[in-house]
Amino acid sequence: MPLVEAAWQALGGEVDVLAIGQDAAGNALLIERHRLTAPMLDDSDLKISCAYNVEIVPTIVLADAGGAELRRFEGFGKSDWQSVLSQLSRDAHPAGAPEPPSEPRPELQVDWSAYPDSRPGCGSKSVEPGVAERLAAEASGSRLRARQIELGADEDPFEFMFERGLTDGLPVVPPTPERVMRMLAGTRRDPREVIATVPPNLAPLTIEKVAANAVMAGCRPEYLPVVIAVLEAVCTDEFNIHGVMATTAGATPIVVVNGPIRHRLGMNMKVGALGSGNRANATIGRAVKLALRNVGGARPGEIERTALGGPGKYTACYPEWEERSPWEPLHVERGFRREDSVVTVFGLEPGPRLIVDQLSRTAHALCGSLGMALEGCWHPKLHGYGEILLVVSPEHADTIKRDGWSKAQVRGRIQEASARPIRELLPDADAGEGMALRQFGLANPTAEQLERRIPKFRKPENINIIVAGGEAGKFSSAFGGWFSGPMGSISVSRKIEEVPKSE
Amino acid sequence: MTRMTQTIRIVDPTDERVPLRRTLASRPRHLSGVVALLDIVKPRGDVLLDRLERRLAERVPGLTLRRYRKPTFAKPAPDELRRKIAAESDFVIEALAD
Repeated sequence: MPLVEAAWQALGGEVDVLAIGQDAAGNALLIERHRLTAPMLDDSDLKISCAYNVEIVPTIVLADAGGAELRRFEGFGKSDWQSVLSQLSRDAHPAGAPEPPSEPRPELQVDWSAYPDSRPGCGSKSVEPGVAERLAAEASGSRLRARQIELGADEDPFEFMFERGLTDGLPVVPPTPERVMRMLAGTRRDPREVIATVPPNLAPLTIEKVAANAVMAGCRPEYLPVVIAVLEAVCTDEFNIHGVMATTAGATPIVVVNGPIRHRLGMNMKVGALGSGNRANATIGRAVKLALRNVGGARPGEIERTALGGPGKYTACYPEWEERSPWEPLHVERGFRREDSVVTVFGLEPGPRLIVDQLSRTAHALCGSLGMALEGCWHPKLHGYGEILLVVSPEHADTIKRDGWSKAQVRGRIQEASARPIRELLPDADAGEGMALRQFGLANPTAEQLERRIPKFRKPENINIIVAGGEAGKFSSAFGGWFSGPMGSISVSRKIEEVPKSE
Repeated sequence: MTRMTQTIRIVDPTDERVPLRRTLASRPRHLSGVVALLDIVKPRGDVLLDRLERRLAERVPGLTLRRYRKPTFAKPAPDELRRKIAAESDFVIEALAD
């Protein structure tokens, strides 16, 4: 500071000498301590520091009259100062004057022996985490367009989010402009782009709103393209998110992730794949639900009318362990390339059911067990069932693989094992639920007609199969269905266009 | 040194729209004109509407009764159907659930 003051005293008539401090209270102290008369600028909002990319304080910048930087040095260096001051004494002259003034300048009064040769600087406050994002968010050309809410100094932002009804019942990360800016770095898409109209409120969903909800869910920026792809997939007429969220039965979007992005995001497809413990699995699914709630208006007790709900209503997003599967992965079955990263959404029950079979040693026997277990979805008497998601564990996959069975054979055996005669599907005094004769095109059936066997699933392809889970444990899992097909919900796959590079 | 009175701003994660409040139409004391009977195709909705149609025809002679159907109960009624019902009817009776 004494050197800045000395430069100001000696050269201030010809050169703009400005001291810039990053802290208003600290600036006042410096002025008092060093009796500064040089102008001191308050950069406590760090805009100048960011504009000049200052990483270390002090940084000395020498700029020409147009503001272009000529020279800079960081920390304290005696020889740097000596050289810059002698350069200024030699070169400085008023703008437009062809020659240096003839009158002698006030002398530079510096006792160089009082200074060390060098001293390192400290980190600039402008490079602290979040500062660049805050400045970008505050700049007049900010990419953020959504309304911003200022909290009182005494308000706890976490409590505020609960009070405003913005959470799923768990705490959310407050979506500050800095965090939303950082999240938006996960996509090249324009924050203002409307990616979907979200039922039930038919509200426009922008990339910026997706980012705000992804922040709240706890996502990292590189997850954002997955969240976007899922929301695009669920907001289609085929998927019918209105029905999925509004039904009293209780359905939710169940997301399966395929392709290289599983590894790049560090998703868990092994032990405990269906939850909990992995950030990408947990927060991608949660971001989808929060966006449906906060933008679409699907709030429990309002338009979301499920009688019971379930844990999948918080989050449900799982990668397939393609490398451990004896079959083509789900996305390849659906026409994508193996190297594509793809999300597939299913409108299903909001939680998996466990299927135990520790004894079967053949594909035939194991898939028979799977068929019997799956018959319980909804109700054993309700056949002609829609889509489900069957998650086959590695040990079960190995049993099936030993016999070389295809997915089609697995489905065929499930259909065979779950088929029942019509007479067993009719409502009766022992179990009042069931199917009506007219659903089979019958009015006054013969005994023989009632023996016709009806498989559980309307068509074998309704049994969607993936492999995931830990390598120990002869257990599989299934997500039961909802009202599926063109009248209800049809699963939708969508390619993720932006896949981060491997680290 | 950090600023002591830093306030927090958050980006509004909702759709930011304020819903329009509409008052219910006044309830006439007598049925007349055209009554729409809307079946959302839940099981047995047609049974209920058949019965209502018969009773209304008996009790309010001169009433015009028109039947409408949603393509599926699992999705909102298509705009075209809603407009058609609004344009053609004075009253709507909807058979909601099974």
